[in-house]
Amino acid sequence: MRISCPYCGDRDAHEFVHRGDAAPRRPTSDDGFYDYVYLRDNIAGPMREHWYHAQGCRNWIVVARDTRNHQMSGAVLAREASR
Amino acid sequence: MTRFSIFSLARNALSGHRQWPRTWRDAAPREAYDVVIVGGGGHGLATAYYLAKVHGITNVAVIEKAWIGGGNAGRNTTIIRSNYGLDGNTPFYEWSMKLWEGLEQDLNYNAMISQRGVLNLYHSDGQRDAFARRGNAMRLHGVDADLLDQTDVRRLAPFLNFDHARFPIMGGLLQRRGGTARHDAVVWGYARGASDRGVDIIQNCELTGFIRDADGAIVGVETTRGTIRANKVGVAVAGNSSRVAALAGLRLPIESHVLQAFVSEALKPVIPGVITFGAGHFYISQSDKGGLVFGGDIDGYNSYASRGNLPTVEDVCEGGMALMPMIGRARLLRSWGGIVDMSMDGSPIIDRSPIDGLYLNAGWCYGGFKATPASGWAFAHLLATGQPHETAAAYRLDRFATGHLIDEKGQGAQPNLH
Repeated sequence: MRISCPYCGDRDAHEFVHRGDAAPRRPTSDDGFYDYVYLRDNIAGPMREHWYHAQGCRNWIVVARDTRNHQMSGAVLAREASR
Repeated sequence: MTRFSIFSLARNALSGHRQWPRTWRDAAPREAYDVVIVGGGGHGLATAYYLAKVHGITNVAVIEKAWIGGGNAGRNTTIIRSNYGLDGNTPFYEWSMKLWEGLEQDLNYNAMISQRGVLNLYHSDGQRDAFARRGNAMRLHGVDADLLDQTDVRRLAPFLNFDHARFPIMGGLLQRRGGTARHDAVVWGYARGASDRGVDIIQNCELTGFIRDADGAIVGVETTRGTIRANKVGVAVAGNSSRVAALAGLRLPIESHVLQAFVSEALKPVIPGVITFGAGHFYISQSDKGGLVFGGDIDGYNSYASRGNLPTVEDVCEGGMALMPMIGRARLLRSWGGIVDMSMDGSPIIDRSPIDGLYLNAGWCYGGFKATPASGWAFAHLLATGQPHETAAAYRLDRFATGHLIDEKGQGAQPNLH
């Protein structure tokens, strides 16, 4: 599996660390923390997820990947995705 | 049921082995059952078997989307053990071990259970202390555990790389009652036992939805082979628990990940039991056919693909080479991936769901095989009585909200690290 880092280009997945679904948003009050920390949609299909390019540019990126076949359909820097 | 014995073997030998009966009935779905179990893997079939045998509930269907034993039951590395250190886990896995020990007699089926020992190696003083603590916790619960020093380990497995520059082997924690079992035979044996007691095992029958009554309770399932009504529905579909729960409108504290496993060409007997590398993550045993069966970490990202990627292959093989360089000449025959339910604390869930009529057996991470008998026992107990079995009382769905986590590895809420 190769991941297309927006900064470094196409790189081996070996260089990255996976941090899971990019959808959960940190809640502003205590109420939503159980959902935020523990519950997941666990999608079978296209999913946006956080990867950290640990052995490259050290950017956090958001990758769109199909969890059924590992096909990538784009990646952006996480700070741009959060705008 | 034809009982298997030396006499049935001799009788069938005389007729050229052409008269053996089918192992279980291939049933068609009926309109309604007391209990429908979704998922015809080891856990689902064991649940059906113990529902019938222990609780006398035989009006039960097991529905399976493909063929029984074709999912994770056929994709694991067949290891059985009960070397857990936390209170919520130790009694449960030990109960599983006890059931394994009597399983072949109970089922009248040869599951090739082989208590060859499971040896966890340690490579530092800190790790030895942690293993000593775990061994003590096990012995306090009546589970066998022996802390070995390097001399003992040399006697057991002289071929290991004891003088590795970074990870010298200092000793190990040995559970002699651990070992392996034949995964297919476990599935077939439970299927035969359940089917003979009246359970319908329905293959090629995929769940497509749930039937709800006016109060929202679940009173049956929609499947590719029609509607089946049920008083209770038990879900045991590890790997796909989130997808099935989503059909009922539930979100679970689970992510699906791929775990790869490997087998080499067949060799003469070289590895006496199960050996695990404590410095990385690598475990190996030798099958009765001679193949070295081994595995390591999960790939580390969400997946439903049933196949992994090469970085993990490399990582696992590096672990193997660091531990026993002699296997470097063995050719890898095949590798495969299974989709596992990684729960957020690394421990399973056996509990009623917030929806009436729906019961969950999920989140086995990559340790589901060894748990098969006790999982079936505890889930059957829950379905039959409505109360959790005493050995599985900690496996609650709400433990994440209440803070009663069972985090055996101490990794926090990050499934790809458990």
